[in-house]
Amino acid sequence: MTDPVLDVKGLKTYFFTDDGQVPAVDGIDFHVKEGEILGIVGESGCGKSVTSLSVMGLLPSPPGKVVDGKILYNGEDITYASESRMRQIRGNDIAMIFQEPMTSLNPVFTIGSQLIEAIRIHRKCSKKQARARAIDLLKLVGLPRADELVDEFPHQLSGGMRQRVMIAMAMACDPKVLIADEPTTALDVTIQAQILDLMLKLNRETKTAIIIITHDLGVVAQMCQRLVVMYAGKVVEEGTVKDIYNNPKHPYTKGLIQSVPDMREKKQRLYSIKGSVPKPGSIKKGCQFAPRCEYVMTDCLEQEPQLTGNEHLVRCLLYRE
Amino acid sequence: MGESLLKVNDLKKHFPIEGGVLGRTLGHVKAVDGVSFAIEKGETLGLVGESGCGKSTTGRMLLRLIEPSAGRIVFAGKDMTKLAKSELRELRKDIQMIFQDPFASLNPRHTVGRIIEEPMIVHKLGGKKERKKRVRELLEVVGLSSYHAKRYPHQFSGGQRQRIGIARALAVKPKLIVADEPVSALDVSVQSQVLNLLQDLQEQFGLTFLFIAHDLSVVRHFSDRVGVMYLGRIVELGASKELYEDPKHPYTQALLSAVPVPDPNYQNEKIILSGDVPSPSNPPSGCTFHNRCPMAMDHCKTKVPELKELEDGRLTACHLY
Repeated sequence: MTDPVLDVKGLKTYFFTDDGQVPAVDGIDFHVKEGEILGIVGESGCGKSVTSLSVMGLLPSPPGKVVDGKILYNGEDITYASESRMRQIRGNDIAMIFQEPMTSLNPVFTIGSQLIEAIRIHRKCSKKQARARAIDLLKLVGLPRADELVDEFPHQLSGGMRQRVMIAMAMACDPKVLIADEPTTALDVTIQAQILDLMLKLNRETKTAIIIITHDLGVVAQMCQRLVVMYAGKVVEEGTVKDIYNNPKHPYTKGLIQSVPDMREKKQRLYSIKGSVPKPGSIKKGCQFAPRCEYVMTDCLEQEPQLTGNEHLVRCLLYRE
Repeated sequence: MGESLLKVNDLKKHFPIEGGVLGRTLGHVKAVDGVSFAIEKGETLGLVGESGCGKSTTGRMLLRLIEPSAGRIVFAGKDMTKLAKSELRELRKDIQMIFQDPFASLNPRHTVGRIIEEPMIVHKLGGKKERKKRVRELLEVVGLSSYHAKRYPHQFSGGQRQRIGIARALAVKPKLIVADEPVSALDVSVQSQVLNLLQDLQEQFGLTFLFIAHDLSVVRHFSDRVGVMYLGRIVELGASKELYEDPKHPYTQALLSAVPVPDPNYQNEKIILSGDVPSPSNPPSGCTFHNRCPMAMDHCKTKVPELKELEDGRLTACHLY
């Protein structure tokens, strides 16, 4: 067993708004080891993107603030690291790719100049060397005509190509951890397959740990070894992908897996979880999932369940000792 | 075989590209380039394809929200392309549409009751009292409550708004519903609720659907027959079970293999297509798929394949067969 590269312990991120404080992330733990691919799954509003922004130190503050918990990178606590230290870490150690390949690149600069900027901020090298490195990176992510592409502008590229450029930029300084927030949601299926294939290849070749944040259970099943399921700012289940898919424990995870149509066979009727995701902070007492749960007990409305178990953890009173 | 409710024959939409100082037409974007299909009463035809393949344009042309450049649309025995405005309005009562974005497709200044009532006012159905009564009924039918009629769209979640959109479409008792990506903006757990609702409504009212979506699993679940589109043409059409289990066209094969299946025990041979979908303003010669096709032959570059019947009801446009 190696130590985790990134270890998040009891992270709480609240937003302080005019309507009071909103606990977007309410005490979550997860970790990722070298060469591992971790999936974080949840629906919109469950706090998965706020988690990644907290880790990167990119949270808009105010109104957002990390109020509790620790973010450990290789043992170093970076939760309240200074802006200059975070600048060193971002890109060099932890890099991120965003959902929108259309808006994440600056439209008035060439692909090359944006890549060269990223490289020269973190590495001491001449413009020439940086340019050569930029071309290598574009080749690494499988873009054709890399030496012409460096001088082109983002609008000349398709969505899939732009996402490849974003990956190239994230990989520019060999980060130890790559956080991918919905990396393929905006892309078509055949392009999604290309990008996922590329990420798997990079993971194998560079041993970079990858955290994939997504709502797509299919992507997780194909890509990840371990999985964290989030609901309303909390981790409700954690374990290996195989354990969770073959034997989901939490009623929410069960419902989620059953409600996805499977391309291989047609079910007569889809299972559906009743109601919709609650607003963060609207449920003050007991289990967050209780109002939508079909196994709900009286205790669920009063008592908040804890995350229990060894390898396969679950936050549900059905599994209390 | 039942009777066809809708027959589409060689439907085309070429958008002109205008440019230069004089605004001359420089070329055409062949968004839809010769699409033919028929939908029988009570059945659901799914249309799948990647972005830019012309599936939404096809859907909109059926209601003549976009005027076709060429081709025939025969609905219930009448040629829609030849109708005058007044006759068209009469016929539009029978064809209604459900839109993708539940946030943009409802007027934020109208109450939900008014939104659902609107199509009945336009088509002069019933008196004021009857209409109000029908609105209350419709809200119950789609799983909302009659008191919701007094509220405004922003007070509802995405899934609830999509239900309002469905109630509006049902208000005039249509025969055909064109559903353009009705669940793609929704969360997984809410998506299955809406799909189940559409299924119930179909059974209850004997509705016929044209179901347009990019999510192949959702289309399989909901459709009796499926048409696969690529660059403005249907490349394969058949009963959904047979088409998904034994795809014939190389594009369908690649598309289906690229879908991530939510099961970690499932391993399939992924066919990863290189490159992107070409621009419809300058499609490749011959078979438009030849430059990405793993099985391309010499004559694919020059000869356009016809959509031919292979076996019972299965149509494919490919030179391999």
